[in-house]
Amino acid sequence: MAAHPLRAATAIAGLGITPQGKVYGSGPIGFAVDAVRLALEDAGLPREDLDGLLVNPGLTWRDQGMGSFALQQAMGLRDLRLTATMNLGGATAGAMIMHAAQAIAAGLCTTVACVFSDAPLEPPSPEGKRTSSGAAYGFARGFEAAQGFFGVNAMYALVARRHMHRYGTTHEQLGAVAVAQRRWANLNPQAQLHDTPLTLADYQASRWIVEPFHVFDCCLVSNGGLAVVLTSAERARALRRPPVYVLGMGQGHPGGDPTETLASGAPLAKRTAFAMAGVGLGDLDVLALYDCYTFTVIVTLEDYGFCQKGEGGPFAAEHHTGPGGRLAINTGGGQLSSFYMWGMTPVSEAVIQLRGEGGARQLPKHDAALVSGNGGVLSTHSTLVLSRHAS
Amino acid sequence: MSERPTATAPAAPAKPAPAVSPEMAPFWAAARRHELVVQRCTGCGALRFPAREICSRCLARGVAWQPVSGRGTVFTVAVMHQANHPAFAAEVPYAVAVVELDEGVRVTAQVTGIPAREVTIGMPVEVWWDAVSPEVTVPRFRPRTA
Repeated sequence: MAAHPLRAATAIAGLGITPQGKVYGSGPIGFAVDAVRLALEDAGLPREDLDGLLVNPGLTWRDQGMGSFALQQAMGLRDLRLTATMNLGGATAGAMIMHAAQAIAAGLCTTVACVFSDAPLEPPSPEGKRTSSGAAYGFARGFEAAQGFFGVNAMYALVARRHMHRYGTTHEQLGAVAVAQRRWANLNPQAQLHDTPLTLADYQASRWIVEPFHVFDCCLVSNGGLAVVLTSAERARALRRPPVYVLGMGQGHPGGDPTETLASGAPLAKRTAFAMAGVGLGDLDVLALYDCYTFTVIVTLEDYGFCQKGEGGPFAAEHHTGPGGRLAINTGGGQLSSFYMWGMTPVSEAVIQLRGEGGARQLPKHDAALVSGNGGVLSTHSTLVLSRHAS
Repeated sequence: MSERPTATAPAAPAKPAPAVSPEMAPFWAAARRHELVVQRCTGCGALRFPAREICSRCLARGVAWQPVSGRGTVFTVAVMHQANHPAFAAEVPYAVAVVELDEGVRVTAQVTGIPAREVTIGMPVEVWWDAVSPEVTVPRFRPRTA
């Protein structure tokens, strides 16, 4: 069978990561400008070469009606041939790359930046009051507000509790994911929690946010921006960074009630992406799985078929997914322990690993990567298969 | 039955008044009469809550509001330890559950009258009415003997 025409047609040629976390003095558009500039510098491309711009706006972009146009103006870009503001939550990064790759392969444009940024953290006040830690994520409307039912943490908690009830998933298993990823973060100088160790006992003793979630079950909240630049595979080979080829792409949006299904859109997204890439799970050494919660990693392992449905908890715990374990997952620390740039966090770690730039956390085998993106409450899903080899 | 420990001390900020969407207005009016109602699609008969303009099953617009028993079981539950709004600060930790009513439709609401962490999946519950302001009465649930 002939290879899919989009397989390895495009590549990520540049990666830009701004300082992450409690970084103040910039709004979301400023962070986006910085991230795109850094990604262009990384690729060795001038700004004038950019003819596509895709934006995944974080929550603090809310005042911007047309986010990608605001960013275009903010960084003085002229004559774009492709632009869009996209929001599928945490699945957006994969969806932006999918959109960019299709447009480049179709000849609609040549060089596309895909960027996420957000600035939900405010600087500490002079009175020493606690800073806002992502109050933007604690929203509620109508009936739910009247019940004191706020935010994404609580929505996921309802699903996780159901998973624990139905399949016997335990706090120890959720904690194993948190501890493993923290150990990776301890090897990643760019991680917000690089200097903070975490044991299972620390996890168990940590405060509750929304039961069944401890604070360390929940992703960080970060200020910052993160961008990649895509171009054709042929052009990427002539640029200064090792190309990261896009071998496969897919989306899956299951609909329905996640407290009922306890499942993501991964099976559907995987089918499309793996068929395009011509890979199976065993071909993928770098696993960058969307981790808004420890629980999300467990569901994602199940839904990609690393284990049977319902066995994600014991599988994660038994495979010791941290450094030196049997299955390396989220080697930068993920959104739980490095930084929360939605779907761009796993994209960036895959690029770093595939290029062999992981430093102390570099995996010895780093040929191909699985990148998952998950948005809403297991509502949207994107899959990318990336590789440092075009064939 | 007085369910909650004085949740509204004199200086406590007001709880957020639910934004009353046109679809939900009949629900809030019924709540003031201590009547729990859900939408019933006049096209296919499916019950739904919260209110929606169109039935997601048959895409019909026609809707009737149907009283339901207010009795059900806890389908899943989360215990809120963080007050995302200052008005709830005095109440944490409190339990918010998805209650599956005997009629099959699900309602997400607080379960009170029992320590929050003791609310379990499968627990039988029944509705009670919490007048949070002169204008707004909100359904909560409490354990019932099966």
